Amino acid sequence: MIESNIIYNDKKDCQIINFENINFKLVSGLSIQHLKIAFKTFGELNADKTNAILICHALTGDQYVTGKNPITNKDGWWSRMVGPNKPIDTNIFFVISSNVLGGCAGSTGPKERNPKTNKPYGGNFPSITIKDMVKAQTYLIDSLKIKKLFSVIGGSMGAMQALQWSIDYPERIETIIHIAGALKHSTQNIAFNEVGRQAIMNDPLWLNGNYHLENKVPERGLSVARMIGHITYLSEDAMHRKFGRKLQSRDIISFGFDADFQIESYLRYQGRSFVERFDANSYLYLTRAMDYFDHSDSYQKSIEFSYKPNNHIRYLIISFTSDWLFPTNENKTIVETLNYLSKQVSFIEIETDKGHDSFLLDEPELDFVTKGFLENNKVLDK
Amino acid sequence: MNKRKSIRKDWKLIESLISQNARLLDIGCGEGELIQLLKKNLNANTHGIELNAELAQKAIAKGLSVIHGDAEKDLKQYSNQSFDYVILSQTLQAMMKPRDILAELLRIGGKAIVSFPNFGHWKIRLQLLLLGKMPVTEGLPFAWYDTPNIHFFTLKDFQNLCKEMNIIIEKSIGLTSQGKQFIIKNNIISSNLFTHEAIFLLSYQNFEPIKIKTANKIFAKNSAIVS
Repeated sequence: MIESNIIYNDKKDCQIINFENINFKLVSGLSIQHLKIAFKTFGELNADKTNAILICHALTGDQYVTGKNPITNKDGWWSRMVGPNKPIDTNIFFVISSNVLGGCAGSTGPKERNPKTNKPYGGNFPSITIKDMVKAQTYLIDSLKIKKLFSVIGGSMGAMQALQWSIDYPERIETIIHIAGALKHSTQNIAFNEVGRQAIMNDPLWLNGNYHLENKVPERGLSVARMIGHITYLSEDAMHRKFGRKLQSRDIISFGFDADFQIESYLRYQGRSFVERFDANSYLYLTRAMDYFDHSDSYQKSIEFSYKPNNHIRYLIISFTSDWLFPTNENKTIVETLNYLSKQVSFIEIETDKGHDSFLLDEPELDFVTKGFLENNKVLDK
Repeated sequence: MNKRKSIRKDWKLIESLISQNARLLDIGCGEGELIQLLKKNLNANTHGIELNAELAQKAIAKGLSVIHGDAEKDLKQYSNQSFDYVILSQTLQAMMKPRDILAELLRIGGKAIVSFPNFGHWKIRLQLLLLGKMPVTEGLPFAWYDTPNIHFFTLKDFQNLCKEMNIIIEKSIGLTSQGKQFIIKNNIISSNLFTHEAIFLLSYQNFEPIKIKTANKIFAKNSAIVS
C-alpha cells in the first residue's frame, strides 16, 4: 500500500489524506507529485468491511454530501438522500464522499499549491479525466483498507465516475447506482461547456488561469458560465412553472437591461453565489474531463473482454423524463449493452418535469428505488 | 382482482417447468413476485421486464434485476439464447404483434413458457352464441372497449401458429375454470372447450448446423482467417 497520512482539517470540517511524492500518473501522460484528497465519512464501517458506499459528486459538488457544508453554511448537496434512516441509510452503510481530483474543496486541483513552484497550479494544472478521478478514489479506498465497495453511487458527472469504477475496477464493487449519466458526453453538452469556458477565459481577470497570483477572481466569466450551466440543469416546463414571465420587484418593464424578469434575477443570483464557492479553473478542468468522457465505442468490449470478474455487479440505471442534458436514451444505451451481455441490470425512468437536476431534488420514486435496491441487495448478498 | 388470482394459480405450474439454477427472463413481471419465488425456490438467476413504471420500481426495490420497458420494443437488446427460459405469462393476447413476440422469445431463450386465457372455452363460446356480445368472464374480465387484450385467440389457434412457426410444444397444460389441471392433447375438441387457461412449454425445432466445405478462405472483419 502507498504511504499516506490523514489529517483532520478544522476549517474545512473534513479529513484530508496526503500521498506525498507518489507521482500520480494521469491519462494525459503527465503526473502529479503529491496527491491530496479531501473527504468525509458518515456511519460506521462494519467489521468485515462490506458496507462501504462511495458517493461521487457532480460537477460543482463536493465532499459535503450531507450535514453542514462549512463553505456555504448550508446543508450538504444530498442531505435529503444520505443520513440515518434516509434512502442511503448511514445506520446501515458507511458512506464515503470525496472531493474529485481537479476540484476546489480541498483535493488536489488548480487552486492548490504546485510543489515545484510553491504557488497555486492555476493554468499549469495538468489536464485530468474521469478515469484519473476514479483512480485517485481507489487510493483513498485502499488507505481506508476497504477491498470492496458495496456500492458506488453518482448522478451526472458522479454517474460517469460510477460507470468508470465498473469498467476499471469491477472486482472492487458489488453494485452501482448510475443516475442521469451517459456513455459519452454529447456534442450538445460539449458545446454548452465550451460556452461556459469561453466566458471564463474571456474574462480579463482570468490571466491565463493565474489569477490567484494577482489576487483576482474572474467573477464575471465564472458567473456567466454558471448561468448557462444552470439553464441546462432545468427544463423548460420547470422554469416556466417556477418563473413564467413574472417580473422582478416591478410592475412594468423597464425598457432597459436590468433584470426585469424573475428568471433573469434568479440566474444572476445563481451566478453570483457560485463565484463565492467555486474556483474558475476547476470549472474549466472538470468540464473538460466530462467532455473527454467517451465509452460509446469501447464500453461493450471493455466489459465483454475484461479479465476482471464483473458478472456479480448489480447495476441500477436511473433517468428522468425531462432531462435533456443526459436524456433517457443515453442512459438506456448502457442498459441495452449490459442486457446484451447478460448482466444483472435494473433500469427505471422517472417521470418528472424538473430536468437534469431532478436527482438532487425531491423525487420520492428515486428515494424509494434507491433505498430498496441498496438494502435488499445487501440482504441478498449475505 | 380476478386476474391476479388466476395468475397465481399458474405460478406453481410454471415453477414445475423450470430446472434448478436456470437463467430466466419474466416478461411483464409486475412487482416481481414470480421471479422472487423462482429465485428462492430454484435458485434461479432472474431478470424481469415491466411496462408499468410503478410496478417496475417496486420490483427493483426488492433487489430484483428488472427493466422498466416495453417488451415489444426492448427484447431486441438481449442477445441470442441468453436465457434458459423466457416467461410470458398472461400477456401474449395484449401484444401488438404476438407472432413476432413468440419468435423473439425463442431467439433470446432456449425455452419459452407462455400462458394465456383460452378464448375457445365453452363459457365464452356460449356467451357469444347466446348473447351476441363480446364475452366477459373471470379470466377475461374487461369490456371490449377497455380491454388490454387486443388479440384474442383459442388454444387451437395457438397450436396452429406454433406448427406454422416450427415451434415444438414440449408440454401443454390446461387449467379448467375450477383450477383443475390436465394435459392438453392435440386434436381433441374437448381440450379447447374446457381449457380456461393454457400453459405451454415451447422450444424451437433443432436444426443441425449445415457445414459447407469450401476451398476458399473467408476473411472476416478483423482479418482473422476462418476456414
